[in-house]
Amino acid sequence: MSKNITAKNLNVYYGDFLAVEGINVEIAKKSVTAFIGPSGCGKTTFLRTLNRMHEVLPGARVEGQLFLDDDDIYGPGVDPVTVRAMVGMVFQRPNPFPTMSIRENVLAGYKLNGARLSRSQADDVVEGALRGANLWNEVKDRLDKPGSGLSGGQQQRLCIARTVAVKPDVILMDEPCSALDPISTLAIEDLIAELKQEYTIVIVTHNMQQAARVSEKTAFFNIAGTGKPGKMIEYDDTSVIFNNPSNEQTERYVSGKFG
Amino acid sequence: MTQSTKDKTPTASSVQGPAGPSTEVDPAQIIRPKSLTAGNRLPKWFMPAVLAGAAVLGAAISSAIGFTITLWLILTAILYVIGVYTITRIKVGPRKATDMLWRNLVYIAFVLALIPLVSVIYSVSVVGFQGLTNPGFLTSEFVDADGRRMRSSVDQGTEAGEHGVMGGIAHALVGSLAITLTATIISVPIGLLTSIYLVEYARGGPLSRGITFFVDVMTGIPSIVAGLFGAAAMVFFLGIGNSLGLPMPSQSRMGLTAAVALCVLMIPVVVRTTEEMLRVVPNELREASYALGVRKWRTILKVVIPTAISGIAAGVTLAVARVIGETAPILITAGMTEFINWNMVSGWMATLPVFIYEQFTRPTDPNFSDPSHQRAWGAALVLIMIVMTLNLIARLVAHFFAPKKTGR
Ligand SMILES: Nc1ncnc2c1ncn2[C@@H]1O[C@H](COP(=O)(O)OP(=O)(O)O)[C@@H](O)[C@H]1O
Ligand SMILES: [Mg+2]
Repeated sequence: MSKNITAKNLNVYYGDFLAVEGINVEIAKKSVTAFIGPSGCGKTTFLRTLNRMHEVLPGARVEGQLFLDDDDIYGPGVDPVTVRAMVGMVFQRPNPFPTMSIRENVLAGYKLNGARLSRSQADDVVEGALRGANLWNEVKDRLDKPGSGLSGGQQQRLCIARTVAVKPDVILMDEPCSALDPISTLAIEDLIAELKQEYTIVIVTHNMQQAARVSEKTAFFNIAGTGKPGKMIEYDDTSVIFNNPSNEQTERYVSGKFG
Repeated sequence: MTQSTKDKTPTASSVQGPAGPSTEVDPAQIIRPKSLTAGNRLPKWFMPAVLAGAAVLGAAISSAIGFTITLWLILTAILYVIGVYTITRIKVGPRKATDMLWRNLVYIAFVLALIPLVSVIYSVSVVGFQGLTNPGFLTSEFVDADGRRMRSSVDQGTEAGEHGVMGGIAHALVGSLAITLTATIISVPIGLLTSIYLVEYARGGPLSRGITFFVDVMTGIPSIVAGLFGAAAMVFFLGIGNSLGLPMPSQSRMGLTAAVALCVLMIPVVVRTTEEMLRVVPNELREASYALGVRKWRTILKVVIPTAISGIAAGVTLAVARVIGETAPILITAGMTEFINWNMVSGWMATLPVFIYEQFTRPTDPNFSDPSHQRAWGAALVLIMIVMTLNLIARLVAHFFAPKKTGR
């Protein structure tokens, strides 16, 4: 399962502060979309609106419409928890649950929701998710060890496994490699290439080569100055954004002239 | 000395040193010594040796004035600090000497802080141990050998050498444990839920600020006031219950009233400590849980609390230790008795602190207070041991429930 994402005139606020303004975008299912742009331009903020994680912060709110296929996730009567079950998220810093073993971490989505899985079902989920996250071979002999004992790259893949285990339609990743070494980064990039067979993936990255390597579409965000709202400047095929952007700001950013 | 002839008459240049570029010291050298180890070394035995010297000298001086242990220790400490400072200053340099001075002052402050603790434990153990060894001290009620209420004649028997010290503390032990346990059972849920509200749900509104304010006020309530509150509240509730025709205890003086009074003292401690513990749980973990489609209450129950459980357990133990030694509020709410009473809602109840108080201030035999004092100290030792055991349990809980860190 996998879903298209469509944003229509989306404005994102922190209290009275308009952080991101007027986003219109269509993200196709089973594709990888990269968000690039200078720090503070609202990439994380916008990403967090895609699974209604934004409103967890006090005073944070969203205006506009955001469709998963045909359902407006900001429509009346929508339960944000259901949205989050459909749209998984991987964070910038690996955050496995410190009280849980590797196995329990993978099953966290079920355990925390009180779902009772039979032993064999649970085994299948664990193995499937860890294989899906390219982590199975490294941890299969120590599933009952704490998840926080893994290396940073392994922890991040554990977090991806945890997300994949609950079979979401969309996976959001906020700079998933920024805390990792090049080898682990490569492992995650390979993983993203595999995951897009099944999931819609949106990834924020500061690494332009990474955006060029993993994504089909790229969105460039920019901000006019501090205190001004961030905007999506250009959204197009990745090759167009990097080789032949139509906007001058994009051109200057991808060629490294600022930001 | 061969050059002395040349330098016999001081010239301007020999006094001021050679003029020119060589007088200009590189500024970096002022802060950075040339050698890594220059002037940083003193032998390992230096400080013990100075301490031994100070002790000997201190003994000599104090015996010249008139020897007392206190004087000797004070003199030794002063001589030691001065000695280390002076020698280091001469041998190494002022910076190291200042370092040594402060280091020694910190050591001395540490020892001073330990003195009350160690001496309390020591004296209670020494004096209380005898009471503890009396036959049946922990297992019998406050009765004589035939199970009759303790009287002054029993202690007179002890004085006459007819038998050892009689009368145990089983009744007070039972009362203390029952009242404290009840108070804990009432306070922990209230305190924990309050702190969960403050940390997880409140968004700095007037309600949360009000709660925080009143919790702070409650922390400072004198315990006797808490006792009065407990008694008054119980009378009030019993009145309401009676007017509704419910079956109510006939008297407000009972174990439950004491437990309610202790709650007033316990709840603020539980709220404060668990609040701190919940606040240090990283937000990332909550968000990780939300991102898996987990509801907020489940996140709190299964992620936040387990992550903070070791700190919460420590906080609860602290709160228990704080109230188990309370005397005044229990004295006016549960009173005192000589017999075991398991019933929280009927009859007076004895507790260890009140027992100690009674035995000390009103010995069973006013003319021969030794047995009573022995029992009081014995009970005090038991009380200290209970508190220490609680601390130990809290440490074990903290150890076994703490988030697993290793395993790489
Ligand atoms: N929790 C918050 N409260 C208020 N403002 C925030 C918060 N998080 C981010 N912002 C603001 O929103 C803007 C966008 O931030 P962010 O989305 O983190 O940028 P990016 O991820 O592109 O670096 C910034 O101006 C930032 O200061
Ligand atoms: Mg960001």
